[in-house]
Amino acid sequence: MGLKRGHRARPVEWILEKAIFLVSLTSILMVFLIFVFIGREALPVIFGRTNTALVQKVIPVEKMDELTAAELQEYLNLTPTQFKELDHESKRALMEVRLDYAKEHSEDPDARINTTSWRYLLGPHRWAGYSKPEYIWQPVSDIPKFNIIPLIIGSLKVTLVALIFSVPLALGAAIYVSQLARPRVREIAKPVIELLAGIPSVVLGFFALIVMATVLQRFFGYQSRLNALCAGLALGFSVIPVVFSIAEDALTSVPRSYVQAALALGASQWRAAWQVVLPAALPGVFAAIALGFGRAVGETMIVLMASGNASIVSGSILDSARTITATIAAELGEVVSGSPHYRVLFLIGVLLFAVTFLTNLAADLIMHRLKGRLEGRR
Amino acid sequence: MPDSSTSTAAADFNAASRPFRSARFDWFSFLGRWVTGLAALLIIAILVVILGNIFWVGAPNVSWRFLTTGTATDMFDIEKAGILPMIFGTTARVILMTIIVLPAGVLTAVYLTEYAAAASLFTRIIRGAVNNLAGVPSIVFGLFGAGFFVQFLGGRMDALLHPESAGVVWGKPALLWASATLAVMTLPVVIVATEEALRAIPQGLREASLALGATKLETIARVVLPQAVPGILTGAILAVGRAAGEVAPILFTGAAYYMADLPGTLHDQFMDLGYHVFILSTQSPNVERTRPLLYATVLVLLGLTFMLNIVAIFVRGHMRKKMRQLQ
Repeated sequence: MGLKRGHRARPVEWILEKAIFLVSLTSILMVFLIFVFIGREALPVIFGRTNTALVQKVIPVEKMDELTAAELQEYLNLTPTQFKELDHESKRALMEVRLDYAKEHSEDPDARINTTSWRYLLGPHRWAGYSKPEYIWQPVSDIPKFNIIPLIIGSLKVTLVALIFSVPLALGAAIYVSQLARPRVREIAKPVIELLAGIPSVVLGFFALIVMATVLQRFFGYQSRLNALCAGLALGFSVIPVVFSIAEDALTSVPRSYVQAALALGASQWRAAWQVVLPAALPGVFAAIALGFGRAVGETMIVLMASGNASIVSGSILDSARTITATIAAELGEVVSGSPHYRVLFLIGVLLFAVTFLTNLAADLIMHRLKGRLEGRR
Repeated sequence: MPDSSTSTAAADFNAASRPFRSARFDWFSFLGRWVTGLAALLIIAILVVILGNIFWVGAPNVSWRFLTTGTATDMFDIEKAGILPMIFGTTARVILMTIIVLPAGVLTAVYLTEYAAAASLFTRIIRGAVNNLAGVPSIVFGLFGAGFFVQFLGGRMDALLHPESAGVVWGKPALLWASATLAVMTLPVVIVATEEALRAIPQGLREASLALGATKLETIARVVLPQAVPGILTGAILAVGRAAGEVAPILFTGAAYYMADLPGTLHDQFMDLGYHVFILSTQSPNVERTRPLLYATVLVLLGLTFMLNIVAIFVRGHMRKKMRQLQ
């Protein structure tokens, strides 16, 4: 379309068109920046350059002069500016404090552990006072413990409840609305169900916390009022519109001729929908579930308000759960920027981003292939 | 026939033309139809229950005084507290966000529909990035905003613009950074809506303009974009509706628990409706006493976002109908 014109003929337009092209790169740039800037804060933990051990390697004060400036700065955990501002005497005093500190804690075996190393981030450990090895997330304590397994379990538990509840409902509704309902019903039901997406997650969290938690507890009679079940159901409300719209789209995009052929062969409307349309649109349905999973894993406010936020390792959905998202939301505001805790929070942010990135990518590829297949390109 | 209420002419025709088969009742079809229908009904019921509960409890507590005063005396008491600062903060951040996101989103859509080759690898990468951006969890945007806008951009701006004696001006959570974070989050919404609008414009319109001697850019600026205004508007409204209720992205980029004054500059923090709902739900010393205030605040927030969504649905429906007529 259009005639080819060299950039010399209309330099201003040429520049403007290049500008449009550059702006269109914004999305790519932003995805890239998100990756870089969240990853950057987490890098020291990933490569084991943070150390939370209370007792670290000690160097006798007499040997101070044998160290280079860089070694001394690293040994005392100082920033370059701090290091420059301190005189020789204060540095000496700091080294003595370090020695005293090591002597004071020499009895406690846990004090020598760097809790941000991978072994302690992922593996269980028998801490002093515990009878067996355990996974513990306890970032604010004498010995901060950063095991992320309880958070991963919490996220998966809440997500699983949400998906088990919402996927059958949303798929059923999608089949009904796209294949079985009369056009009049369809035109009303579709936008109404999609209106659910318009409820802000903080409002769903509020509803779960104030209304649902009480009703559910009275109905089931369980112990902790806020738990994975309550948060998972509320989370399901936010997943339903995602799964519904994408599945409905996929089902509707199956050519009408498929249904007409099935009906002509004597199938009922339901059998045509179930045995012809659904299998044809199956990749789209999988993509819908994948995107619903991504939405559930990444949702923050609902789980922050309704899940109880206790980081315990438990398989029961009636126990309180602490998810990755809620942990970031609740703790990032309080931490010192650059501290090990801060870096671990960004690390779980990277984990979250990676999981949703891969889910989206998979859904994207599936949808692309489905489109190709239904348009007869394959 | 038990499912006569929902069957169509096609199904009736089939039943009538298969006299031998209808002797045995098709339980599978009967159940399938009812179960899926009930699923749709249940979802609508959930929506009605949530909205109904919030409306019936909240509506009596919304008063003119509540909407037009601040929280200066007691944040958790319906008799004294108001939500003017939160309405102001939410409105301000949403307007600012629209100003940032619209040019970027519209121009990206223009590039994708008018310039890019539809099947090229590069276009697919842009589309992939847009889709991915749409699926990034909101809390990750919060982390990104805190790391990139507040720490990096804000820190650099402080180092460049202000002497050290001025303290931290930009390198802290602020209205501008919250809006920018939300703009990144809503970019896909604007792109997708604008693209849809641009694609719906008949090719003949462009060809007519080009045939009259207009250049490609003139065609886009004078013919294509004016036609796409309703679509762009829909995108903007949807973006605003999505952003107005979001809390997670602004937790670390600008929202304040309490502020005595309304924000006056772009580097001030602000109070926010959604964040206030979170505070009232989780921080109140007396849950029973806060309940009316909480419901009223939720109703205002919900009213705001729903109004926007319904307007968007209406504008889009209207646009689609018009486009169908054009084609």
